[in-house]
Amino acid sequence: MTEMWLNMGPQHPMTHGLWNLRVKIDGETITEAEPVVGYLHRGWEKLTENRLYPQIIPMADRLCYGASMSWSHLYCLTAEKLMDVEIPERAKYIRTIVLEAQRIGSHLMWLAALGTDLGSYTIFLYSVRERELWLDLMQALTGARMTTNYPRIGGCRNDTPPMFERDFTRVCNHFEKRLKDIEALCDESTIFRMRMEGMGYISGEQAKNLGVTGPNLRGSGVDYDVRRDDPYEVYDQLDWDVAVQKGCDSFARYRVRIDEMYESMNIIRQALKKMPEGPVRVKPPRNAPKGKTAWAHVEDPRGEGLMYIIGNGDDHPYRLKVRSPIFVTVSASPVMLVGNKVADVPAIMGSVDMCLGETDR
Amino acid sequence: MSNLAEQRSGLALGGLTPEDIAKRITEKFPSGVTIASTGPHAVNSKVDKDSLLKVCEFIKSDLDFEHVSSVSGVDWLVENKMQTVYHITSYANRVTLEIVVDLPRDKPEVDSITYLWGGANWHEREAYDMFGIIFKGHPRLERILNPEGTEVFPFRKDFITGRRV
Amino acid sequence: MYEGLYGFVYGIAVFLMQVVAWFFNTITLHGIADWFQTPGVVWFVTQILAALVVFIVAFLVAITFIWEERKVLGRLMDRRGTQVGVLGLFQNFADGLKAFIKEIIIPTDVDKWVYNAAPVILIGASALMMGFIPMSDTWSIANISVGLLLVFAVFSIAPFAILIGGWASNNKYTVMGGMRAAAQLISYEIPLLLSMVAVVILVGSFSFADIVHFQEQNTWLFIPLILGFIVFTVAAIAEVERIPFDLPEAEAELVEGWQTEYGGMRFGLIMLSEYIRGFVACSIAVLLFFGGWAGPDWLWPEIWFILKVLILFAFWIWIRGALVRVTTKQILSLGWTRLMPLAMVNIAIAIGLKVAGVF
Repeated sequence: MTEMWLNMGPQHPMTHGLWNLRVKIDGETITEAEPVVGYLHRGWEKLTENRLYPQIIPMADRLCYGASMSWSHLYCLTAEKLMDVEIPERAKYIRTIVLEAQRIGSHLMWLAALGTDLGSYTIFLYSVRERELWLDLMQALTGARMTTNYPRIGGCRNDTPPMFERDFTRVCNHFEKRLKDIEALCDESTIFRMRMEGMGYISGEQAKNLGVTGPNLRGSGVDYDVRRDDPYEVYDQLDWDVAVQKGCDSFARYRVRIDEMYESMNIIRQALKKMPEGPVRVKPPRNAPKGKTAWAHVEDPRGEGLMYIIGNGDDHPYRLKVRSPIFVTVSASPVMLVGNKVADVPAIMGSVDMCLGETDR
Repeated sequence: MSNLAEQRSGLALGGLTPEDIAKRITEKFPSGVTIASTGPHAVNSKVDKDSLLKVCEFIKSDLDFEHVSSVSGVDWLVENKMQTVYHITSYANRVTLEIVVDLPRDKPEVDSITYLWGGANWHEREAYDMFGIIFKGHPRLERILNPEGTEVFPFRKDFITGRRV
Repeated sequence: MYEGLYGFVYGIAVFLMQVVAWFFNTITLHGIADWFQTPGVVWFVTQILAALVVFIVAFLVAITFIWEERKVLGRLMDRRGTQVGVLGLFQNFADGLKAFIKEIIIPTDVDKWVYNAAPVILIGASALMMGFIPMSDTWSIANISVGLLLVFAVFSIAPFAILIGGWASNNKYTVMGGMRAAAQLISYEIPLLLSMVAVVILVGSFSFADIVHFQEQNTWLFIPLILGFIVFTVAAIAEVERIPFDLPEAEAELVEGWQTEYGGMRFGLIMLSEYIRGFVACSIAVLLFFGGWAGPDWLWPEIWFILKVLILFAFWIWIRGALVRVTTKQILSLGWTRLMPLAMVNIAIAIGLKVAGVF
């Protein structure tokens, strides 16, 4: 059979979000791949030039709606560097706890999507059931389940509700047992391992060069985590491990995210014990100096997110640039796809954890 | 006891500090590079357009900078210039280097660093798509986020959309 | 003159013809009235009624299986399944009604004759098989001496219908889905038949009634032929295209596989035919390995048969709930390199048992 170009998307049940994957297939084997993005481009960076600094926070939530607080928090970090604002200790601890809870929620959503791609709705329902607990915690703290609009330039919007520590500890204890169940459903299933091991191979050197970051990079054996190597908030005062696997395939990336979920619970428990009393918010200045630049990067659940901001002398930013991790990982996906069969594409792209909101901005 | 403490103590052993990196770059390129500031895990610098490629080759081969975090464009309409801002990270040294390159606004061209780091590929395409900056030597400089056939460069300051909120 | 279900249908046919004859007698067309009561016409009407009964039973069975699947799968996933009506039984009727009244959209570029023929062949073959499955000694439409062979022969028509249906839809995805489905079904028929061969070696006959009587007298055959039962289960799940072997209709890659372009009642018929095939495979497993309708006297044999089939299908649903999909390459290598040798070993066991005079 001659080679033909196949369009997987933009209307396709596999694609999590709206993008197009064009693959050139020879029978069942993929010889070339070309991802096409841009269907969800909203001109986010241009919109921010017409907004006041605090008005950009809810916009940043909608960059990646799966783990929204990590993006609004990144924006607040960048703006605080721009305006030289020092936030109180209690705010740093609350932010850390909520960031790790968002990381767990995002990884659970990834696991649910991976389950449906592989054909097992049981994994999907179990993961989503557990995610509901974390969303309930978010709702008690911030008032919203998804786009929380919680961090502020200068701290957090409000203090914690009563029973905050008790609720978080209860959910962590319950979730640890359930995560072992879900892990067993996947790890001990020979068919699951058959579908994930050896697929989507990308070596550590290729991943570093192509700009892949986050769990996808650590699944290829490279030990780099922004939380440990360029710490922000209180990550340098807590005692936790970085999850690295040497497999370089889809199964290694899956294992990294499961290990990260255990580590996140570890971080949450320590931060809850160490959290001091005090205010949660300081008042930042209204304007930023003209021509002053600042940048900050964080470990988003999907990789390294970075924002670069230039002040304008008044209360609107001059330029705000967003670096999204999945934008770069998707550009590296042809390396993972070539040589595999068409039937393996959902498993491989599912292990990459795509979120289109941040790719297209 | 986690190995985070051991990992962090490892920083003191291997890896150059930001000040070392700043010194080595200014030694190798006395003209064409000015270091604006150094901070924890960060070096901010300005580089001339013509020395950009040599500086990048130097930091990739000698200083272990393996990862391009971001390439972005900035449009300074009043000062009549454009800038590309590079953030390049070294995993081994745990330092991020910021490079700001000034370009003339009527002919914004700069060398592409895609052949050094594949991670810059789509970032440069986006900068071309939004600002019109031409990256010489890029394997495929086409529009990426805007639909094909768009004739304007949307992020330029003379393309007005929306109003101040 | 005839017993059981066939006799029941025959009695209805006789009664109907008497009514028609009475009607014609009252308008004094005695010749036509007599013709309606000749044995030939009565036999013909009996056949039509029997076919109608088979179709109705087939659809009701498929609907019951869909209900069981939704309920059991729901409980496995920590939810309740369908709730409409008593115990959720009316949901499938509601779905069937919805499928009936949908607008029929046919793409313009399909090969019309083949496109329409594919689901017809599929549902026709599936309903045909139902006629040959006996539910007890007397409760069957046709109890023929090569029943097992005939059911398997009709079972194998499905890959043909799937292939032409996928090709006729004029769509890259459906062609790929159709070819994958045909490859999978054809390669899994061989272990299926081989596991059946072992049973026939022990029993010495192809007739379902003989096999069940053999099991009533000796032992349920899944004990000596446990390997055969395992091979049969795996091969049957692959033949019926359920998870873990449902790659031909994998939603994530192929949007529904070869059935993509079928909508409305055509899709409803295709789904029903898949569940009918599932029922036929489960009932063959019960007849061959689990004693068919044998059971204590306090329930009718027909009820025992249906109960066993439902329990076996619940086991298949459990497999579906727990496992993920297997890819084509792995499916084909599983069929040829693992199941075939096991089936051969099973036949050797059966031959050994027969020669040693155990049975």
